[in-house]
Amino acid sequence: MKKQLSAKQAVDMIPDGAVIMCGGFLGCGTAHRLMDALAASQKKDLTIICNDAGLLEGPNGEAYYGVAKLIHNHQVSRLVTTHIGLNPEATEQMNAGTMRIDLLPQGSLAEMIRAGGAGLGGTLTKTGVGTLVEDAKDYVVGRQNIDGVDYLLMRPLSADFALICGQQVDEEGNVWYAGTARNFNQVMATAADIVIAEAEQLVSVGEIRPEDVQTYGILVDYIVNGGQDDE
Amino acid sequence: MSEALNAFEARSAKEIIARRTALELKNGMVVNLGIGLPTLIPQYLPSDIRVTIQSENGIIGLDKVQDDTRHPHITDASGKLAAVASGGAFIDSVTSFGLIRGGHVDVTILGSLQVDQEGSLANWMIPGKKTPGMGGAMDLLAGVRQVIVAMEHTARGIPKILKKCTLPLTAVHCVTKIITEMCVFNVTDTGLVLTELNPQYTIDDVQAVTEAEFAISKNLTEMNIV
Repeated sequence: MKKQLSAKQAVDMIPDGAVIMCGGFLGCGTAHRLMDALAASQKKDLTIICNDAGLLEGPNGEAYYGVAKLIHNHQVSRLVTTHIGLNPEATEQMNAGTMRIDLLPQGSLAEMIRAGGAGLGGTLTKTGVGTLVEDAKDYVVGRQNIDGVDYLLMRPLSADFALICGQQVDEEGNVWYAGTARNFNQVMATAADIVIAEAEQLVSVGEIRPEDVQTYGILVDYIVNGGQDDE
Repeated sequence: MSEALNAFEARSAKEIIARRTALELKNGMVVNLGIGLPTLIPQYLPSDIRVTIQSENGIIGLDKVQDDTRHPHITDASGKLAAVASGGAFIDSVTSFGLIRGGHVDVTILGSLQVDQEGSLANWMIPGKKTPGMGGAMDLLAGVRQVIVAMEHTARGIPKILKKCTLPLTAVHCVTKIITEMCVFNVTDTGLVLTELNPQYTIDDVQAVTEAEFAISKNLTEMNIV
């Protein structure tokens, strides 16, 4: 049985300055209860690794959807991401110099996290050759020529925390995602020291068939029941 | 006025581009469509053509959302509600880009700010003005063999098809075809080749709004549209 926490208890574990991977793609699959709790916590100086900067408005009219909540609160000092075009506040903070934004290609970001979680020294890809990505020395070791083809050697990425969210999470932390919500959640669960899984629905062990487990309970440290009241 | 000319006169630039680009899709192809104009293409597919649309956020077999397929956890790469086609699958981001980088997507169709005669493309940032980010575009361009740029020929009269892109590149030497409302260019090892011309325009008209140099195919034809 994995320890179950309220969203607030989970967020209390996160110190200022933490590096956090947040799953989701424009809010689909993001751990929204954990985002709410993190926003309420006023934790600051966070480095967020996330596909995007979220949306100013969610599909049901919610203000600040996904990691946009944290950006709006000025809690993020560095955002490692692929796209910020749908959150103008991210651009404003980048231009004002109050938030550093490191842009990486989406497939490279996924593979760099995979490398971080799989114990690999990096990942070689043709993506980004001949572009500004080559200048991002924090993330790119350099060009490598393998059998006549140029690749970029991208560094692995890991984090202190991964905040993921599944449609069903069982009491051992096994996760099943609905629809396209799997996106970055699955790989991020492999690449962080502490993995917190928000459950849209908490189920008993065995309710998710072993064939359907997409994030394995062995990777998950804590469960937050997104359906239960906080506190 | 000829019937063919009428077909062009009656349609907007975007519709002409979408109708022409639809002809590039063949039965059984796996296709990734960029945001904006490329998403108009599926509606013009001939009824005997079936393709599988891959959406990089995690769908093999993207479909249009209907009332009975509406699901809050099924979205497309622009975050909008979407659906999965019968026989489709949901995948995670690593698998999705494995498919893209591994050459399992046959063609990607996208718009661009600039494209040049070397087949390089710039569409992810305008320094000092706009930096939306590259999203999955760099991966798609580097990993998919057939890259079709489907875009309006100019930006309000300013050429977008250049000798060399001036904006930061999204990828180098990747574009295989350029389709605009005026014409179609193939991108070859030796440069651009004009292969089709919208009968509303002359070659001189195209030349006047194209900075890039191009050759004219000896098999130049009238532009085909669905």
